[in-house]
Amino acid sequence: MSDSNERLTMPKPLAKQGAELDDRLHAAKGVRTLLRKVFPDHWTFLLGEIALYSFIILILTGIFLTLFFNPSMTQVVYHGSYTKLDGVRMSQAYESTLNISFDVRGGLLMRQIHHWAADVFLAAIVCHLLRIFFTGAYRKPRDTNWLIGVAMFTLGILEGFLGYSMPDDLLSGTGVRIAEGTLLGIPVVGTYLSFFLFGGQFPGTEFVARFYIIHVLLIPGLLLALVSAHLFLMVHQKHTQMPGKGHTEANVVGQPMYPYFMVKTGAFFFFVFGALALLATFAQINPIWQVGPYTPTAISAGSQPDFYMGFLEGSLRMFPSWTWDIGGHTVSWDVFVPALVVPGIIFTGLGLWPMLERWATGDRGYHHVNDRPRNAPTRTAFGMAGVTIYGVLWLEGANDIIADHLQIPLYLTTEIARWAVFVGPVIVFWATRRICLGLQRRDASMLTHGVETGIIVQQPNGGFVELERPLNEEEIALISAKPPAPLSIARAVDENGVPEPALRGVRGKIQARVHEVFAEGISLAPPANGHGNGHGNGHAVTEGDGERAAVGGGPAGPAEVGEGQAGEEGE
Amino acid sequence: MSDNDRDLENTPEERHAPHRVIGTPPPAHGLLTEAGPGERAGRGGTEPHSPGEAEGPETPELHELPTDPPDLKAAKSWERVAAALFLISALASAGFVAAYVGLEIGNKNGNVVDATLRSNLGLGSAMALAFLAIGVGMVIWVRYIMPPVELTEERHPMASNPEDRSAFAQTLIEGAETSQITKRPLLRRTLIAATVPVALAPLVILRDMGPLPGTSLRHTVWKKGMRLLVYASNQPITAADFDSAGGMITVVPEGYQDNDEQLAKATAIIIKMEPGQLQAPTNLNWTVDNIVAYSKICTHVGCPAALYEQTTQHILCPCHQSTFDASRGATVLFGPAPRPLPQLPITTNAQGYLVAQSDFHEPVGPSFWERG
Ligand code: HEM
Ligand code: FES
Repeated sequence: MSDSNERLTMPKPLAKQGAELDDRLHAAKGVRTLLRKVFPDHWTFLLGEIALYSFIILILTGIFLTLFFNPSMTQVVYHGSYTKLDGVRMSQAYESTLNISFDVRGGLLMRQIHHWAADVFLAAIVCHLLRIFFTGAYRKPRDTNWLIGVAMFTLGILEGFLGYSMPDDLLSGTGVRIAEGTLLGIPVVGTYLSFFLFGGQFPGTEFVARFYIIHVLLIPGLLLALVSAHLFLMVHQKHTQMPGKGHTEANVVGQPMYPYFMVKTGAFFFFVFGALALLATFAQINPIWQVGPYTPTAISAGSQPDFYMGFLEGSLRMFPSWTWDIGGHTVSWDVFVPALVVPGIIFTGLGLWPMLERWATGDRGYHHVNDRPRNAPTRTAFGMAGVTIYGVLWLEGANDIIADHLQIPLYLTTEIARWAVFVGPVIVFWATRRICLGLQRRDASMLTHGVETGIIVQQPNGGFVELERPLNEEEIALISAKPPAPLSIARAVDENGVPEPALRGVRGKIQARVHEVFAEGISLAPPANGHGNGHGNGHAVTEGDGERAAVGGGPAGPAEVGEGQAGEEGE
Repeated sequence: MSDNDRDLENTPEERHAPHRVIGTPPPAHGLLTEAGPGERAGRGGTEPHSPGEAEGPETPELHELPTDPPDLKAAKSWERVAAALFLISALASAGFVAAYVGLEIGNKNGNVVDATLRSNLGLGSAMALAFLAIGVGMVIWVRYIMPPVELTEERHPMASNPEDRSAFAQTLIEGAETSQITKRPLLRRTLIAATVPVALAPLVILRDMGPLPGTSLRHTVWKKGMRLLVYASNQPITAADFDSAGGMITVVPEGYQDNDEQLAKATAIIIKMEPGQLQAPTNLNWTVDNIVAYSKICTHVGCPAALYEQTTQHILCPCHQSTFDASRGATVLFGPAPRPLPQLPITTNAQGYLVAQSDFHEPVGPSFWERG
């Protein structure tokens, strides 16, 4: 550290090495830009990093496990250190997992870190995805990256399932049996798929070895490629940022990659690893020796899959027992609808959402500044409704435990879930929208009246009033960063009141109505003190109920509302 | 006009170059307010709001970051904290090695699980400490020792400019034209026709991943006279042995007690009822002495339906809670299972052991397309 203000210069040897490299790679300019790349600072941006680092930790610990795990279903009789299972018939896969746990120093630690990392990986992905969704960060140009994210999420679930199936213990074997029963339920080809995957009838002698190679090579390879693409696009398109002072559609405000972000993210890697090590030390996970090896004749009571499979379990539990026997064939709706169609709809819906929203709002513009969830009430409401459906499925996946704890009849929980999965999202949708609009109304009043300070003073005349303070610039920027309502409402009707061609006819009318629903909200312009009401906020069309406002302007421009200086400069 | 528009008009170099320091969050640390001689911000003059206009003569634009934090004293004490944490981490790593060498595992001295958990505790806490201490130290470094800074970087438009686009389109079309593929349909169509089989043909080699199902799912190994062995002990059982009404026992076919593939279909349960409890549609000719046998493989997706509630005579599958009425032919009372558990016809042999009369009369377990 130097106390003078003299700038450091490049040391000679380093400069020479660098020059040699650049002679060959022509990288000086590109790498410099990369080093100076600006990363916005917001805690929700860490969620993706948790996912990334747990993935790296999964690879590291997974490589260790491959050194000792034996993916074979050859039956052996156990005579190892864990004497309680002495003389028990089991597969070599299960035996080697016992050995990793009891005879390899640090083996149990690595197994438990690996398993915890899998759970943290998927939990982080879910939170990351929700953050992206509720802030609208998936909008153009990041819809491509959203798709990659959904693909990684799906692969991650599959990878986790294959992983915990490999030790071939009683718990995981039951999960595999359910998966096999599900495959059998696929119309026409199901039986064949099952026989090909298992090399014959369940359980056969093949599946652990097949799951293994998919688990350690195929899916990690795909994930690695997708992670790289995801990160590349993120760097190339630059981060979104939350609304705030000086944050515009045309810039990124934050700290440079080198040295700030590098050190921060490096620290974060150690945090995640350290936290996982703590979990693996103090929170036991998957003690396979307690449940014993798999046998199709028995089941351990209270079996629960890992949390990310819970929604499938719940879906299977609450679906009614519908099957058809037609023409000598069995169509098992009770299996393939809850186990395949429902997740299919959930994941396809997730993937298509950005497109659906584009249609619903008519907004095809770029968005680099995120929305506060309240400022997109309809999107937020859809998101919460989706979360509700997923949540009901997930809770139903643990209904026996819930029934046990709450002392309510088991079947009642399922009946409730069957209703809740339809009624719940409707109520939540409605309530979320009301709450969002209420929050907007509060924001609007804060813009005009300031914030209540909670300080009550007595006036000379004896009355009491609460002191209010005006918002500071940072707060104004945040609150008034509400983007204008999507444009096509304004565009839908020309000067003579004739609807645009695209919005004529039944489909057009539906679309126009949907636009309106999505656009509902309150105009949140910053206080008109000559400051900040810059360009792009030209003609506000306030509709009847005073709640709706469609504000014209280019899609990318108006987010600068609130950045007073830019506005003045433009005037 | 706005940043946005200026950005569009910029030449490529300019677009990337002008990074500017526009101040740091807390006013106390503000670079702008206490800009020392070492701090030159942005390219003076080109940015309307760049402060100080303190442009150096040498490399005008590169010094965007300050050299030192505003409060050198505080930084010094944070430095000591971070250094202490790094040393703790190093010690913890040494502790990890010590735990590896020092804590025995295996069943040499007493309880194997205890030994493993001790080792796990030693290794895990050392490892956690080693990582967390580095992590915390690095956070202190970046937050309290590095000077606070906030940079603004301009975005460049994602879309290429129109010239680039049309040049690209032209290159693409030109190539297609020169390649003749657009002009020679014979070439094109035969090539397309060839790619489909070339992609599909290799799928054929996946055929040997498993045998064809045939009718294997329709049958189990149970046959006339085969004894029912009690699961786990593998002993045959007589009707007289099983005299406690309300009990349930898992049974497997004799000779197949170690054959998982067969057990996955053939495993059954026998339940002893009170006299008169068994009713239609239970087939009473297939029972012995109020003992009834059902397939244990749930007709939903195949879990063992393992729980029996004596007071209600309900068989419950723990997987998705399908519930079957054991006294009435295991008909479904609740849950997603579409069919009763098939009943296994049983009788006794000359020695009084429970044996099968035949195989199940319908396929057991989950539905499958060919089940019919
Ligand atoms: C997204 C990535 C991954 C996920 C979600 C994941 C998940 C899992 C899970 C949940 C288990 C069960 C652990 C247990 O309790 O026993 C497991 C086992 C295993 N995994 Fe992974 N894993 C991933 C990547 C990898 C990679 C990249 C490798 C190897 C290069 C690997 C190698 C193994 C091995 C050998 C086992 C079996 C050993 C055992 O079960 O103890 N995994 N995995
Ligand atoms: S497998 Fe028995 S209820 Fe699903």
